[in-house]
Amino acid sequence: MELDRLKEKIKQIRRLIIKMLAKAGSGHPGGSLSAADIVTCLYFNIMRHNPKNPQDPNRDRFHMSKGHCCPLLYAVLAECGYFPQEELWKLRRVGALLQGHPDVHTPGVNVASGSLGQGLSVALGMALAAKVDKRDYRVYCLLGDGEIQEGNVWEAAMASAHYKCDNLCAILDYNGFQIDGRVKDVMGIEPIEDKWKAFGWEVQSIDGHNLEQILEAFERAKQIKNKPAMIIARTIKGKDVSFMENVADFHGRAPTQAETEIALKELSDE
Amino acid sequence: MSKEMLYQRDVYGKTLVELGKKNPQIVVLDADLSGSTRTALFGKEFPDRFFNFGVAEQNMMAAASGMASCGKIVFASTFAMFATGRAWDQIRNSIAYSNLNVKIVATHAGITVGPDGATHQALEDMTLMRVIPNMKVIVPCDGPQTRAAVIAAAEMPGPVYIRLGRAKFPTIDIKEKFEIGKADILTEGKDATIFACGVMVNNALEAERNLRAAGIKCAVINMHTVKPIDKKTIGAFMKTKAPFYICEEHTTIGGLGSAVEEVVAHAGTNCKVRRIAVDDQFGQSGEPDELLKLYRLTAADIAQIIKKDLKKYKG
Repeated sequence: MELDRLKEKIKQIRRLIIKMLAKAGSGHPGGSLSAADIVTCLYFNIMRHNPKNPQDPNRDRFHMSKGHCCPLLYAVLAECGYFPQEELWKLRRVGALLQGHPDVHTPGVNVASGSLGQGLSVALGMALAAKVDKRDYRVYCLLGDGEIQEGNVWEAAMASAHYKCDNLCAILDYNGFQIDGRVKDVMGIEPIEDKWKAFGWEVQSIDGHNLEQILEAFERAKQIKNKPAMIIARTIKGKDVSFMENVADFHGRAPTQAETEIALKELSDE
Repeated sequence: MSKEMLYQRDVYGKTLVELGKKNPQIVVLDADLSGSTRTALFGKEFPDRFFNFGVAEQNMMAAASGMASCGKIVFASTFAMFATGRAWDQIRNSIAYSNLNVKIVATHAGITVGPDGATHQALEDMTLMRVIPNMKVIVPCDGPQTRAAVIAAAEMPGPVYIRLGRAKFPTIDIKEKFEIGKADILTEGKDATIFACGVMVNNALEAERNLRAAGIKCAVINMHTVKPIDKKTIGAFMKTKAPFYICEEHTTIGGLGSAVEEVVAHAGTNCKVRRIAVDDQFGQSGEPDELLKLYRLTAADIAQIIKKDLKKYKG
């Protein structure tokens, strides 16, 4: 997809996230908005996948380790055509296809997520399965910055380098906030580039809202041999909704009706 | 009469190799205990399908889910304590919730681990696995049944937990074909009904022989599948009115005893039930035989408890 159209698509994704959460009355806008550029780029410009055949064994895999940001994933999957858009308006309802955190009943979701810290391991398992089966698919995994405080993440980091998983690309959505406040105040994660490098990863640092940088980083990651790739994407929590930007409260709170109207106006095409 | 003694884990390792030869989808994971769990046998034969995760059980279990989502039949092994305790969240949320094809085969369960002591003696693992939806729980009683259980687990889609011991277990000559969820009725008897799993099956059979010599006839049932529990067999024995004795090398809370008692309670009968298990305690160091005596799990303990009870009920 060309950059102009991609930009439009991302705006549309952000609108869907807001509408979906407003309708649901609960959920996680902040981190969904911060990673919207990254995930939309992946599904529309980078990944090999077919919404008509979600189980294609040769498909590239995406695993959203920070499962609470599933409104973003659901919006992207719906825009790709994995399921009808109407499903978005039933998010978090009893019997809905779209659960509060991703589960395998949703077409396009491979393994459930939501309990933080496990997703990089899940992605590693998919990457190792590709090696066993001699398939050339790639595995992408989105991590939250608060999430990497979980020890399991570093077990997976160590093992991914040990097994030289160059078919694995992780993206850190470094928006700087977690539920209780700023990451640096709750539990600092710096020096973050050095940590991943020390664990044997090839690290790229980018502006997670700059589409050229995002696409270039994914393309570069494909060329890396014998090492897993980490893209540290510096982002803004609540990106493009003025009153949500860098506000920890919007980690896990849906917008009110009044807030929704303002947000949609800010995200409109004008 | 000397019985053949086998390590269940030896049988496990050999069975994995057997399965690996037939089915290229089988992959095996371990967490730095492949020598003890015997998954190393598979690793030697199929190095491309064997992954050692080092001392990192959480990573191993979550990675197992990722592999299974790509069509692999994944066997993940370590000691029962670390498999079910350390990695419980990964098993629940990444494996079982997505109903993925991961077989957790844990060795070194129970106090018969011996000298390593309480930190390595899982007495809660059946409970921890039984409470997770989609999970099946199997506790084979000997070597040959271990082989049958591993093969059956590989053939059954979805997550399965198989509990194995560290020590050598005597081989019990079971005629019935192994089927997940179907208990083996090993002896018939109208005076008492003994349910057991794992190493306690042999102890129950020994107790049965001692009691038979004293004129007390017991039915011994091998409850190798703790979940799904064989309600039909339990129901049939409730009708005999004989008291139930449930034997397990495990805490009384949540394991086989609880599973059987839930069926009894649900039926609303006044069937008498006594538990022969570890009563809400940790284990400790010692030789397996010494510990079985200390925690009152031997054949002599079972026989004595039943004798005393039956006398009381008659009196």
